[in-house]
Amino acid sequence: MTDSLASPILPEVEIGETPTARSGMLRRLLHDPAGVVALSLLLVVVVIGIIGPWIAPYDPSHAALSQAFKSPSGQHWLGTDSAGRDIFSRILAGTRGTIVSAAIAIAVAEVVGVTTGLVAGYYGKWMDLLGNWVSNILLSLPAVIVLIASAAALGKAVAISMTVFGVLVSAGVYRLTRSTVRTVRNELYVDAARVSGVRDMSIIGRHILYVVRSPLIIQAAVLAGFAITIQASLEFLGLGQPGSVTWGVMLNEGVTNIYTNTDLVLWPAIAITLTVATFVVLGSALRDALEGRPATPRRRRSRHEPARVLAAHAGVVGSAMSAPTDALLTVRNLGIGYPIAGRDAIRPVVEDVSFHVNPGEVLGIVGESGSGKTQTAFAILGLLPLEARVLSGSVDFAGHQLIKNGDTAPKEISALRGRRIAYIPQEPLSNLDPNFTIGHQLTRPLVKKLGLSKADAKKRALELLDSVGIADAQRVVRSYAHQISGGMAQRVLIAGAISCKPDLLVADEPTTALDVTVQADVLDLLRDLQQQLGMAMLMVTHNFGVVSDICDRVVVMQSGLLVESGDVTTVLRSPREPYTQSLLRAMLHNKPPMTRLTADVD
Amino acid sequence: MSISQPLTRADDPVGQPDERPVLRVDNLVVEYPSGRFRRPPVRVLHEVSISINRSQTLGLVGESGSGKTTLGRAILGLAPVRSGKITFLGRDITHAARRERRQLGADLQVVFQDPYTSLNPSMRVADILSEPLRVRGYGKAAGRERVRELLDRVALPTNAADRLPREFSGGQRQRVAIARALALSPKLIICDEPVSALDLSTQARVLDLLLEIQRDTGVAYLFVSHDLDVVRHVSHDVAVMLHGDIVEQGPSAQVIEDPQHAYTQRLLLASPVPDPDEQRERREQRRRVLAEST
Amino acid sequence: MLNFIVRRIVVGIVAIWVVSVLTFAGLNAAGGDVARKLLGESATPQQVKSKQVELGLNRPLVSRYWDWLSHAVRGDFGRSWFDGQPVSNTIQTRLPTTLSVVAVTVLVVAVVSVLIGVTAAVRRGWIDRALQLGSIGGASVPQFIAAVILVTIFAIHLRWLPATGYVPLGTSFSGWTKSITLPVIALALAAIASAAQQVRSAVIAELSRDYVRTLQGRGLARSEILFKHVLRGAAPAALTILSLQFIGLLGGIVVIEQIFALPGIGVLAVQSTSEGDTPVLMGIVVSTVTIVVVVNLIVDLAIGWLNPKARLA
Repeated sequence: MTDSLASPILPEVEIGETPTARSGMLRRLLHDPAGVVALSLLLVVVVIGIIGPWIAPYDPSHAALSQAFKSPSGQHWLGTDSAGRDIFSRILAGTRGTIVSAAIAIAVAEVVGVTTGLVAGYYGKWMDLLGNWVSNILLSLPAVIVLIASAAALGKAVAISMTVFGVLVSAGVYRLTRSTVRTVRNELYVDAARVSGVRDMSIIGRHILYVVRSPLIIQAAVLAGFAITIQASLEFLGLGQPGSVTWGVMLNEGVTNIYTNTDLVLWPAIAITLTVATFVVLGSALRDALEGRPATPRRRRSRHEPARVLAAHAGVVGSAMSAPTDALLTVRNLGIGYPIAGRDAIRPVVEDVSFHVNPGEVLGIVGESGSGKTQTAFAILGLLPLEARVLSGSVDFAGHQLIKNGDTAPKEISALRGRRIAYIPQEPLSNLDPNFTIGHQLTRPLVKKLGLSKADAKKRALELLDSVGIADAQRVVRSYAHQISGGMAQRVLIAGAISCKPDLLVADEPTTALDVTVQADVLDLLRDLQQQLGMAMLMVTHNFGVVSDICDRVVVMQSGLLVESGDVTTVLRSPREPYTQSLLRAMLHNKPPMTRLTADVD
Repeated sequence: MSISQPLTRADDPVGQPDERPVLRVDNLVVEYPSGRFRRPPVRVLHEVSISINRSQTLGLVGESGSGKTTLGRAILGLAPVRSGKITFLGRDITHAARRERRQLGADLQVVFQDPYTSLNPSMRVADILSEPLRVRGYGKAAGRERVRELLDRVALPTNAADRLPREFSGGQRQRVAIARALALSPKLIICDEPVSALDLSTQARVLDLLLEIQRDTGVAYLFVSHDLDVVRHVSHDVAVMLHGDIVEQGPSAQVIEDPQHAYTQRLLLASPVPDPDEQRERREQRRRVLAEST
Repeated sequence: MLNFIVRRIVVGIVAIWVVSVLTFAGLNAAGGDVARKLLGESATPQQVKSKQVELGLNRPLVSRYWDWLSHAVRGDFGRSWFDGQPVSNTIQTRLPTTLSVVAVTVLVVAVVSVLIGVTAAVRRGWIDRALQLGSIGGASVPQFIAAVILVTIFAIHLRWLPATGYVPLGTSFSGWTKSITLPVIALALAAIASAAQQVRSAVIAELSRDYVRTLQGRGLARSEILFKHVLRGAAPAALTILSLQFIGLLGGIVVIEQIFALPGIGVLAVQSTSEGDTPVLMGIVVSTVTIVVVVNLIVDLAIGWLNPKARLA
């Protein structure tokens, strides 16, 4: 049994050789230049906040009118203000208040927000309702207005204003905590812990706090910047703690004297902006460290890009069979890959795949997850994701070159899509736009692509729904996706696909998301339509039952390679390749119950 | 059979005939609140009764919305029971309190469908496996030893203990989930669609593993699945569910070879077989049955 | 839908009421010796006493609140303790200034951030990277710092626009435009930076939904899918973003009014705080919160109307 894990026939993905990739958020942060800069700046600000008053060259409040409005010099590094006070000393002195105000606001917000969020999220019921209601009110209060009122009512001390601010923004912390707890609480691993008898407090501590921790740290960084801005605004408005030296007060003096000397606003403005920026950059770097750098794929990729394609398979099975000249669709040596994040390399997902589909024929592409079967279908349709790259090969459809030597012809493909090539997706409900009626989604391409009048399109839509076995078509065209069942939605999508009487229908696991009885109905429908319209079909599936039910020929794919192809009866009854044999052996049909399915390899 | 009967295992040798069921469910009704003011609650299970014997597997088959998963969750105390009775090892656990549930965790365990969300992504495999052990007061060394045994039991290499779930494939994750369920040597494991998220070949290996564990430890399974073939392969008895009711129940061979209820017949004929000629026959048979029923 | 509207209105009214109670209690309980402050140090104890009676400060808090509330529901917020003017009149003369700046800013933020956000989501590449950098930059410069910088450059050095003052729209359109240009830019920069980023995320999320591929498979043009389906799908997220921006702007405007000497609600709030003018502050807080509640209600209705599931329920 242990050995069969590494069995050559049924390879489960090997456990990676790299040591645990569990580098902490901090370590990833230190690999990001922006994170390093932000952390260093934060360190500098905090240190100045602690020792600032002692290293200041002058008493920050010492006024000397004879020294007013001096330019920066050796004596006064940043010059002096309207009362002749040393600006550098005042900036140093103001740092502490800035840090303290951010610290108070964050402490209050986190304590209030996290505790209420945990309780509301984990226990729900009335606590959840109350928490949501209060947080909604708090979030709809303009902070500065509330702080002005609180200054009038409770006084102007930093501790008071930042505590009030902390309570206001705790609503955001509450929401984040609550929604994370909600998600985690419904995770199966929490159910498993409860079944094992783990106590609530232990579940919260081990499973839930762990998950909510990282987003809270990111949010705290953002809130710190926000708190500093707000406190500086209050001081600027004269609502700060009277008599204290702060950046906001300095800015106010600068604005008062702005016509005399614009330099006075400069230094406090720089100090505030730099500190706020530190927290903003820190927050963004933390987010990157947590979620991985946001990928920004280029829309148009240059043909000359020398990206390295990682060779995954050495000897490729010779699959370049000759296709008959009258084939409807011919795929030759198709290769598809995805760029690997952070490296100038491409990971191939489909390699050197060749097959053809004759007119009116149903070809199955069968394979397990990761075999590249869906990617192959999307490449033919020209609907690969933005990041994907066609690396090699060509696709010909009825005399049109859709892909030629690795270059896609998007115009060519999009002219054929919805006219001669159609597509049926896997998940029926998510493939209908929830915001538009089914009628609209059915008729619009008829008008736009096939040039029908609106009235004709509507009539045609009803006919189509009728032809896919929907009895009350009139009601369905007026419905939205959420009002119909999955099976019904799949019929609607099939109706849309056949609306143009395509030559080729590409169906990507069209029955996988359906119940087995509905699957049988949909397969019957597809078979009937295929015969009626005489169209060819490319049926992507992982299910050999589906293959035997509807396909004429089949190709088997494994890890991006085509391993076997032939007519359905031959491949299913006497498969040539070991991989196909192993897949069929794993099928349960006709196996004696309670017997081994996999071969012991020891 | 008194309530005070201890739940600790008596190390009864496997295979000894013991006709007392591990689990009995009588007339179970589960209702979820409708979430709307003054709307009646939604009844998901209507008076469902099942029974599982020691070292046996009851396969529970049904389509989406049939209530098969809810039945499993109700037994685990994860779904609201309106009425009826759940008896586990002779004890009424229908409305077991949290403390009693904690005791039950040793004998009643679960393997969920989705191996991706059933393991905490931020915990090492060793921590995942030792979580139930810690609740039982295992020491550090004993816990480590047990984790090694468990990994061996599910045929994962010992070095898997120090890794995170994301470093494993779906099938390997499901092995970890099975190891967690086995940690305290339970009497019954609720398997909620344990192979439906897996590829065909991986499914075969996990089924082999589950059968092997049952042979070696004598654990009983409630095996919930939508796939009649899978259920037939692992189950001694089969119950077929439809819209919150059990429509047919009996020994596996009898229910599947000679289904009595029309729905079971339809279910059986709807599942396609991997042989074109056989499938054509099955298709025609299905059409006949459908034509008869309308 | 009607049920939903009624429920939202009730919730909004309760919210306003709760805020008014808290504010009233806070301002009146800890107001200090208001009468002495108003009369000055030279006033005799008798004068102070009679002033307290005149303002009703000798009555219990609850009855004073009831008094305030029963007038406030009819739109009467009492008279200023400082100049004796009806609070409602003062607020009515100040509000248009504040609201015109905020409304124009919201409009600018909506248009610009949707343009940038959608373009970045669809085209990716350099414009996307520029947006990422810009949003960090925008969030780093607080609005009042941006205001000071703008004044220094455009009003003092270049003298293109006035540094201070407000010209009502009714007086002169070009004067109004000039007087609000700098305040609007100062407020809008940070708001655009964050809103555009969020619009981008919303559009990307919508673009990656399955139905987009299926509509492409049906042969619909990319532009139609983008402008009709994707934007419609991303609209609720965008509206939520804008309503939060609106609340933020109502706070941010206070400092901006101070810098540009705009005679709005914010300047009035700061002034009444230093004067201890409780009735005016009450009026400001309650009317601001009412505006927010109304705007939120409109946004909620718009989102509900956009979503067929909610609309048809």
